[in-house]
Amino acid sequence: MLTRRSFLTATGTVGALGLLGFPKMAFAAAKSERRFVFIIQRGAADGLNIVAPTGDPAYAPLRADFAPELATGMKLNSFFTLHPALEQTGRMFGEKQALFVHAVASPYRDRSHFDGQNVLETGGSAAYRVKDGWLNRLLDLLPPDEANALALSSTVPMALRGRHEVSSYAIAQLPKPTADLLARVGALYESDHELHGLWTAAMETRMKAGDSMSGAPNGQKGAATGALAAKMLLGDGARVAMIETNGWDTHSGQRGRLAAQLRELDQTVAALKAGLGTEWSNTLVVVATEFGRTARPNGTGGTDHGQGSSAMLLGGAVAGGTVIADWPGLADANLYEGRDLQPTIDLDALIAGALSQHYALEPGRVMTTLFPDSRGGALRHSLVLT
Amino acid sequence: MLSTTIALNRFGLGIRPDEQLPREPKRWLLQQLEHFEIRPQAFAQVPQRAQVIDQLADYLAAQRSAGKAKRQMQMASLPANAMPQPTQVDEQAGELKKFLRQTIQQDYIVMNSARVDAALTTASPFIERLVHFWANHFAVSIDKLPVIGLAGLLEFEAIRPHVLGKFADMLIAVEQHPAMLVYLDQAQSVGPQSLAGMRAAMRGGKQRGLNENLAREIMELHTLGVRTGYSQSDVTEFARALTGWTVGGLAGGPAARLIGGAPGEFQFAAFLHEPGKRTIMGKTYAEPGEAQARAILLDLAANAATAKHISTKLARHFAGDEPPSALVERLTDAYLRSGGDLPTLYRVLIASPEPWAPRPLKFKNPWEWTVSALRAVGSSELDPKVAAGLLRQLGQATWQPGSPAGWDDIAASWAGPDALVRRVEVAQRIADKSGPSVDARALAEKLFPGSLGDETRAAVARAESPAEGLALLLVSPEFLRR
Repeated sequence: MLTRRSFLTATGTVGALGLLGFPKMAFAAAKSERRFVFIIQRGAADGLNIVAPTGDPAYAPLRADFAPELATGMKLNSFFTLHPALEQTGRMFGEKQALFVHAVASPYRDRSHFDGQNVLETGGSAAYRVKDGWLNRLLDLLPPDEANALALSSTVPMALRGRHEVSSYAIAQLPKPTADLLARVGALYESDHELHGLWTAAMETRMKAGDSMSGAPNGQKGAATGALAAKMLLGDGARVAMIETNGWDTHSGQRGRLAAQLRELDQTVAALKAGLGTEWSNTLVVVATEFGRTARPNGTGGTDHGQGSSAMLLGGAVAGGTVIADWPGLADANLYEGRDLQPTIDLDALIAGALSQHYALEPGRVMTTLFPDSRGGALRHSLVLT
Repeated sequence: MLSTTIALNRFGLGIRPDEQLPREPKRWLLQQLEHFEIRPQAFAQVPQRAQVIDQLADYLAAQRSAGKAKRQMQMASLPANAMPQPTQVDEQAGELKKFLRQTIQQDYIVMNSARVDAALTTASPFIERLVHFWANHFAVSIDKLPVIGLAGLLEFEAIRPHVLGKFADMLIAVEQHPAMLVYLDQAQSVGPQSLAGMRAAMRGGKQRGLNENLAREIMELHTLGVRTGYSQSDVTEFARALTGWTVGGLAGGPAARLIGGAPGEFQFAAFLHEPGKRTIMGKTYAEPGEAQARAILLDLAANAATAKHISTKLARHFAGDEPPSALVERLTDAYLRSGGDLPTLYRVLIASPEPWAPRPLKFKNPWEWTVSALRAVGSSELDPKVAAGLLRQLGQATWQPGSPAGWDDIAASWAGPDALVRRVEVAQRIADKSGPSVDARALAEKLFPGSLGDETRAAVARAESPAEGLALLLVSPEFLRR
């Protein structure tokens, strides 16, 4: 029987046994072939339905509405079941290339998407306190050659905004402008500081992307985005990328909607893996959301805004095949404010821990650079193969 | 920038070459408060609400019956040939659903086209801009199928009639509109102690209950603003008070009869309403039925936090991404003194110095940029399908911000490298269509009297073709900002 606050892993490691020492530590990363992708799930993804704690006796009575799918889901261990729409992600787990973390949350403890995403992306402890994004500050820690990031979207999301110039690129369907017009526009923007920066970034990215990305049919956007990200990460350009996913706010019709969301995410990740080829072994992907959803379904086949959720680490560089959780339990008395999964692992600590291992950086420095308001340390479990 | 340029671009939607430049910019803006067409000529093709709701009801019924047939198939132990095969049922229902979905999408295209055409031809561009502002404040998003046909109607029926009225009236019209009730899941919310809730609990059937989505977003987005002191329990209490607020003509089965009412009309359904008093932010509401949530909404509209929230957003829209605090205070005072009278706020904006700062204050979003570009080339209508596709490609599909917070109103959300390239692509397309008929050099002087930069003037003049000159003008720094 699993008790509250025991650490669970698929290999049965309990408590502090999974802690790591750090043989290699540095204040700035040495040159490497490492790549990092952050996938944000905007709208508050329901971790309780994605990495379902089916071994918690309180789970089945709470979540009977969403039970049918999970019956065919992959058993991650005696306690957690993976949503079956994450088919290829599940396969990665089998190959020890996927690691899930549960009852995890950013420091944000209210229920506004917009504030929650701001905290998740800036790395602050409250909304709008920090003015740039943690993913941009990560570039401070990387060797200059590798401090090159890309947003797979039309504009640069908050997490990537800041001191370092970051380019953005999305799949387009418009006819291409003539080279002459592009050159003249570039000349016209030369004396306009803002437009000049944007234009230069756009043109550089465009050159690297080449002509192959001229649109994707509906329903295959996830795969196309993953393939595009892989292509961009393989060139001599970006080593860090961010992919935005929307549509996780399942207040109603959760069964169908969540499955569709997860299928698309699964395709993105699979296309990323396929596209990166051998570089997949140097890649870490973090998938995270601004907060979780209520333990109890609401009255309309969905769930409302909550707290703790699940996060994923994927990639050939991941020390996968386990689920890390300091499980708080789903009995009424254990829920946050009587309604939400109680967060027991700090998402900031997870991200800082994973990145410090990924780039062989001193964890304390990663923590203070990315999450300056945080008082805790980086997570010390084995997360990434070093 | 001259005050004429500011009035036309920052307050209005951009200059048309066939327009007379206003001699007294402030008076020109004030006059628009007296001359606004709620239903302009451009709306002639917009379908009626009942028609849209009927299509949606048919779609939902087709969906329900497909689900029911499937369940019956699974339960029946009849020989396989006694009933149509599951695939046949699916195909028939699929065809009907597909047809209805296309009809609903067509409604959306027509409504978006009406919005574009009104923006291109209006004599009151300042008020049209305010309509777009409020429609974004009370955002719905067509990511949900039932909202596709209704989103435009929310703007036409709940925003336009109140854009020159009181905020409280607009608020109630919006929260009772089927688009909002459906989008934020209010239409299906059930009070646990209501007749419907008790009956469902007794039957032990599928759990039906409270959905707090609308209640939360009203407080966070529509009125008070986030972190202004309301608590989770205030949200839940408000959600209880809102139970019973629903729409006629959408439900199936016995609920349809019980809700009653004309298709698409707001209905208060007593059998869904959570009985009893509600306490919100220390005040108790003992009103029965529909009046309870209405009383709460009126108090929210009158709250000082709401005044500040609305004022901040208006100031950001007209005076820059970092709204000047003096302007915000002036607007907040005016809001509280006038009881949320919107024209009073607009007059404060016109009379204040901050929105008249001579340097550009805002980076245009794709909607503003597209409308101003089409106005600049003298276009007065656009193929409906092209209009919808264009805005989608530019990253701002109408009524699809993807969240109830609406589109951001700051440059960082719109000034992206890829977004800029897309504008160049669209500019080239608009310029190619306009052909050599537009002299971009003359147009540049007309669009930016006294404020055209040397670089833009030279780039337009040196272009290799009139079309290229026009494209360059449309993506020039002057044109991208207001």
